[in-house]
Amino acid sequence: MSYRIRQSNTCQKGLFMETSGLGLSHRPSVLHRASHPQGKKLPSAAQVQSALRKALAGERLNFDDGVAIYHTQNLVELGEVANEINLRRNGRDVYFNVNRHINPTNVCALSCKFCAFSKKPGDVGAYVYSDEEIASKALSAANAGATEVHMVGGLHPRWNLKNYQNIIRIVKQTAPQLHIKAFTAVEMDWLARRERKPVEEIMTALKDAGLGSMPGGGAEIFAPYIRDQICDTKLSGEGWIDIHRKAHSMGLRSNCTMLYGHIEDIESRVDHMLKLRDLQDETEGFNVFIPLAFQPENNALGISHHTWGTDDLKTIAVARLLMDNFRNIKSYWVMTGDKLAQTALHYGANDLDGTVVEEKIANSAGSQGGMDLAKKKLLTLIRKADRIPVERSTVYEAIRRYDDISQDDVVQNQNNEQTGSLMSGVQQ
Amino acid sequence: MNIYEINCPQKKESRNFFEVDNRIGAKGFQEAPTLTELLERDKQRNEIVSKFNIENTLQAEMAFAAIGRTENPALKSAYLKAWNFERLSFEDGLLLLRQGELNLLGALATRVKKKFHPENKASFLIDRNINYTNVCRIGCDFCAFYRREGDSDAYVHTDESIYQKISETIALGGTSVLMQGGVNPKLKIEYYENLFRGIKQRFKIHLHALSIIEIEGIAQVSRLTVPETLDRLKAAGLDSIPGAGAEILVDEIRLNQSPVKRHSRRWIATMQEAHKANLPTTATMMFGALERDEHVIEHICRIRDAQDETQGFYSFIMWTFQGENTELLEKNPELTTCSAVEYLKVVAISRLMMDNIPNIQGSWVTMGPKIGQVSLHYGANDMGSIMIEENVVSAAGTAHTLTSDSMIELIRRSGFTPVQRDVYYNIIAEFPQESDL
Repeated sequence: MSYRIRQSNTCQKGLFMETSGLGLSHRPSVLHRASHPQGKKLPSAAQVQSALRKALAGERLNFDDGVAIYHTQNLVELGEVANEINLRRNGRDVYFNVNRHINPTNVCALSCKFCAFSKKPGDVGAYVYSDEEIASKALSAANAGATEVHMVGGLHPRWNLKNYQNIIRIVKQTAPQLHIKAFTAVEMDWLARRERKPVEEIMTALKDAGLGSMPGGGAEIFAPYIRDQICDTKLSGEGWIDIHRKAHSMGLRSNCTMLYGHIEDIESRVDHMLKLRDLQDETEGFNVFIPLAFQPENNALGISHHTWGTDDLKTIAVARLLMDNFRNIKSYWVMTGDKLAQTALHYGANDLDGTVVEEKIANSAGSQGGMDLAKKKLLTLIRKADRIPVERSTVYEAIRRYDDISQDDVVQNQNNEQTGSLMSGVQQ
Repeated sequence: MNIYEINCPQKKESRNFFEVDNRIGAKGFQEAPTLTELLERDKQRNEIVSKFNIENTLQAEMAFAAIGRTENPALKSAYLKAWNFERLSFEDGLLLLRQGELNLLGALATRVKKKFHPENKASFLIDRNINYTNVCRIGCDFCAFYRREGDSDAYVHTDESIYQKISETIALGGTSVLMQGGVNPKLKIEYYENLFRGIKQRFKIHLHALSIIEIEGIAQVSRLTVPETLDRLKAAGLDSIPGAGAEILVDEIRLNQSPVKRHSRRWIATMQEAHKANLPTTATMMFGALERDEHVIEHICRIRDAQDETQGFYSFIMWTFQGENTELLEKNPELTTCSAVEYLKVVAISRLMMDNIPNIQGSWVTMGPKIGQVSLHYGANDMGSIMIEENVVSAAGTAHTLTSDSMIELIRRSGFTPVQRDVYYNIIAEFPQESDL
């Protein structure tokens, strides 16, 4: 369920290749690119033009418009329109935040085919953090100036509500100033079923324990003709939407995502964005939309290449034009690499995500904290894209606008045990 | 007759396009027009538009709107010059680099690119880099490849191993080899003559070899003049000369980055000697290191001026500085690598300014395949080589390699028809579009 970046685990990779080679795997190692049941009709250049003109005039785009602009051959034109719409809405401000990820466990009951992170209980490399480990990670994040912890993990078969409440309480007690963004709709659903309680009760209990908002993971692709092939055991698309609707109605804001670059087609992407747009119309509870580029390391889908650069940019631009009720579209550098993520700031994105310091990829050398280093690099990336860096909170309140380069005092905290390099997470 | 004209018919064609447009083109207006004026003009322009394959007017409208919004009159005039295919001055280029809007530059660069390359194609080359020696007495700060004589890992490839590499290249569909090494004081002209003759006797392959600095080195140790050296190398089988070693052609920067390499004027003069010896060359620029904006633009202007005189550059290639393992980075730890937005701007501005060089090459090697792809939408019409062997760049931590299949897919997915070319940009194979995205 978590498709966060990991250094690929050669042990697991070897194992997988072996099983598929022997034909023992119960899931096919190569899936064909799925396509929309109604079939494809390639849009004409005139359709692309008229959809773009609609967007410029401030009209809402429909499904066909979305498909049309996705198919444009003129990348820069799409970018110009999306950039124009973004500038009208957000000016030259680009958000980032200072945060840290904690993944309390990688043990997971599900077997999503795109996931390189999950392990079964007893597998080599399976882990569960102790209370002390979680506390020390939260503390070091807070000391380094983080405002948020982002926590998602596997669906541990032995965990119940108490375990989840406990994790939140530990963080809250150790570092009360941190905003806790934790547990996707998939985890909420899992807990509700385990506890045989309505999901609202679960969310209320966690909120009372200190949960601040919900991350957007687990959305993948909603359309069943794709979803059934990549994660048939996971919460359905409707279920995901429904849980976010309930979260919004009890005042928990959330993010939303889309996993692209695997076997999905354009139609399913546009459909996905429109489903999110509908819920946003209803609740206005989403902070941001985050397209997540598929990572080919170690998956069971038989996909070997990273997403194409033009596809990444188109996805950002189409999201900006189609999802007109979202103020924020995030270009998540961890997934696409810093170079593409920076370019996307001219294709409609107004957020680069955070410092995402992760202990796994941290190096031990140096006295300067990884978070400061990461923050400095984010500032540079945004400035070099001719944009103004604005540090934000999890729910997109501006904390500080870095509009004066001489006022930078990036190195605020030397008190870090963890160090990390911003760029070491992605190799492209 | 210039060899360049024989081998590179494209260039002549592009001249024609250029002139046609200048005659009919909407030249001379100072203010950006309103939308109504624009649509009126569009009627007249339709002919040109269809000629240059600019199917839609939305992009033109957006470009004009953006130009119209520009407050700085000098910047506005630079944009309009670019739109009208007029030659940009040093000041125009500098302004565009410092204040130009990325996407507007992309739109303008694409427009200029279509003048040179009206068809929606992007090319690549299958060749192999053979770094015949890593011994070099120059020792540039930014280089992680060179070794001193006597170092334990210093080498000179044997002729047999070079032949072996060439036959592998041909087996992989390659049409040329790029041979570059270091300035090795042990290797005199006879070594090269023997090697080149040996290659030409055995293989039908294009020899794209020896940077300017190596040629000057050979001349020096063999006690020859540069023109003599060039003539003898050409007679032995040298076909063309890579533009490497140009780095940034501004003395201030060159002295800093590569203290021993000759001054920029020498580099250009030697390149022009090669052109006069009927050896076509590429021109390169390595940026993203210590140079400032004006150095990048000055470099472009100097190459453009040299091209006006000798017409021997058939391609302009940009590299960005790669940091790891280099002395330049050790001496300047605060140095940051070139960001993608800056890189794409430089690609676009090169396309706009280089009105006399037909081909602009994007670099997937140093910027990664994603940005390489995107650069095709910012004025580049070529993705360079699939690089069967590239020791120099990979020594500095960038180890991207592509097979020709993934190169074809990469170009196709960015919206262009992939074509395999030879060194002179003649198309030798075409891979028509079949993808839906």
